[in-house]
Amino acid sequence: MTEAPLLEASGLSLRFGAVPALDDVSLAIWPGEVVAIVGESGSGKTTLLRVLSGLLRPDAGQVTYRDPEGAALPVHDMGEAALRRLMRTDWGFVHQNPRDGLRMGVSAGGNVGERLMAVGARHYGSIRAEALAWLERVEIDPARIDDLPRTFSGGMQQRLQIARTLVTRPRLVFMDEPTGGLDVSVQARLLDLIRALVADLGLAVLLVTHDIAAARLLAHRLLVMRHGQVVEQGLTDRVLDDPQHEYTQLLVASVLAA
Amino acid sequence: MTSTAGYNFAYLDENTKRMIRRALLKAVAIPGHQVPFGSREMPLPYGWGTGGIQVTASIIGPDDTLKVIDQGADDTTNAVSIRRFFARVAGVATTERTSEASIIQTRHRIPETPLREGQILVYQVPMPEPLFRLEPRVTETKRMHALADYGLMHVKLYEDIARHGHIAISYNYPVMVNGRYLMAPSPIPAFDNPKMDRMPALQLFGAGREKRIYAVPPYTPVRSLDFEDHPFVPIRADAACALCGSRESYLDEVVTDDRGGRIFVCSDTDYCRERQAARRRDAAE
Ligand SMILES: Nc1ncnc2c1ncn2[C@@H]1O[C@H](COP(=O)(O)OP(=O)(O)OP(=O)(O)O)[C@@H](O)[C@H]1O
Ligand SMILES: [Mg+2]
Repeated sequence: MTEAPLLEASGLSLRFGAVPALDDVSLAIWPGEVVAIVGESGSGKTTLLRVLSGLLRPDAGQVTYRDPEGAALPVHDMGEAALRRLMRTDWGFVHQNPRDGLRMGVSAGGNVGERLMAVGARHYGSIRAEALAWLERVEIDPARIDDLPRTFSGGMQQRLQIARTLVTRPRLVFMDEPTGGLDVSVQARLLDLIRALVADLGLAVLLVTHDIAAARLLAHRLLVMRHGQVVEQGLTDRVLDDPQHEYTQLLVASVLAA
Repeated sequence: MTSTAGYNFAYLDENTKRMIRRALLKAVAIPGHQVPFGSREMPLPYGWGTGGIQVTASIIGPDDTLKVIDQGADDTTNAVSIRRFFARVAGVATTERTSEASIIQTRHRIPETPLREGQILVYQVPMPEPLFRLEPRVTETKRMHALADYGLMHVKLYEDIARHGHIAISYNYPVMVNGRYLMAPSPIPAFDNPKMDRMPALQLFGAGREKRIYAVPPYTPVRSLDFEDHPFVPIRADAACALCGSRESYLDEVVTDDRGGRIFVCSDTDYCRERQAARRRDAAE
């Protein structure tokens, strides 16, 4: 990894009252890399994602994003306009609940087209063609392009959210439990799809998950969080096959037992 | 004018007028940007143009000549009462002729006769926020304006084309002002939108209930949103005015009898009258 990291964070801390949601967290993610963040409920995973993506300001520490021109941008000091621009161009955010990531009152095609229009696409025919291609790519029947997401199953909604996010070819995607709340068989299909897309598009992904199996399938590297701290990190296979920290050992053992 | 003794010129007190003029200056300085103002109670209910009336009251002087139209007509109840109101409280001259007016207050139309430098067009606006149907949160629409983040408006146009095959907005068709601010032109027909573009007259917009003022200074570019392959088309009924024969003006459909008979006539009554008079002159020569 000789290139510079895409996103780099150091010394992140954030308290909610007495709760240390993040406690001196540092991490880096390189272009094309999938990093999974695992840990029990309340360990600070979502908070970390929100801080890394600029949605939440930390009490201490900084996050730096390196743009395609190589400039290092301070995520929390670049200004709201620049951050919003990043959010609809270089970055993407896939929420656990598709309702948070989709416009439920807008057709599937409009949902996919929104980011294109936000960055200036003004040719209806091309926007629609792109939407059709993306529906196909996430295995949604293109005939449903004019249907509202609320008529879709949970798995379809999640795939639509992914299409809507990836349509502008972001370099870095934040995913918070993208398979949470779905049936096991639906989860498996979605994970395969995400894996294929990530490989095709060369995306860097920060993936928050409860699911060790999902982390093993998708992630190059793994971060284990507990009480707002990163207690262990390393290559996925190394961490899962030879966990060093006792909490990670517990986590892995509980999955094997289940 | 004994009945108006005790009222200040043009009804509003001078402090209120100054406050509104400050908002107007700010609005002119940032074309298309909505400026909040302390809307006053007026002796008319909201929906009767209280925003427009306050703007007019703040800019009108004794030498002005006022025209008031509602849906293009000078003789509707709303237009007549606003015109009478200013004749009483400001003692100004009034007219029905577009070319003679220095200030034109309007609801739902732009006159057909092109406006010229020095004239002011005051629009009555029920809802100043063009995004309000798409994004109900005011903090969020404010942020969208601040960042010129208007993708959502195009999503609405996309949805129209996907559903109806064309952009199905016939009134209050959204415009970009000076390439920067998305603006609601008030419920004028989309047909009138092109008249706003680089208009030599000053355009002022007042929303009383929503307490917002905005403006388009003379010669400012005003563009109706569209797609390259679905360009904006100003639509009018494909007919000639039954009274003056115009094929250019915006037409109203009028029912003429109880057997389904109907004709099209100009919505702009002054324009129509002028054309009829010109025809009679031509015929007499
Ligand atoms: N807005 C908030 N206000 C107060 N406390 C919060 C807030 N957001 C998170 N917390 C607390 O911070 C800690 C970390 O929460 P976070 O949501 O990041 O955990 P998580 O790892 O994503 O959990 P889960 O797996 O359940 O989603 C928790 O104790 C949570 O209760
Ligand atoms: Mg969470």
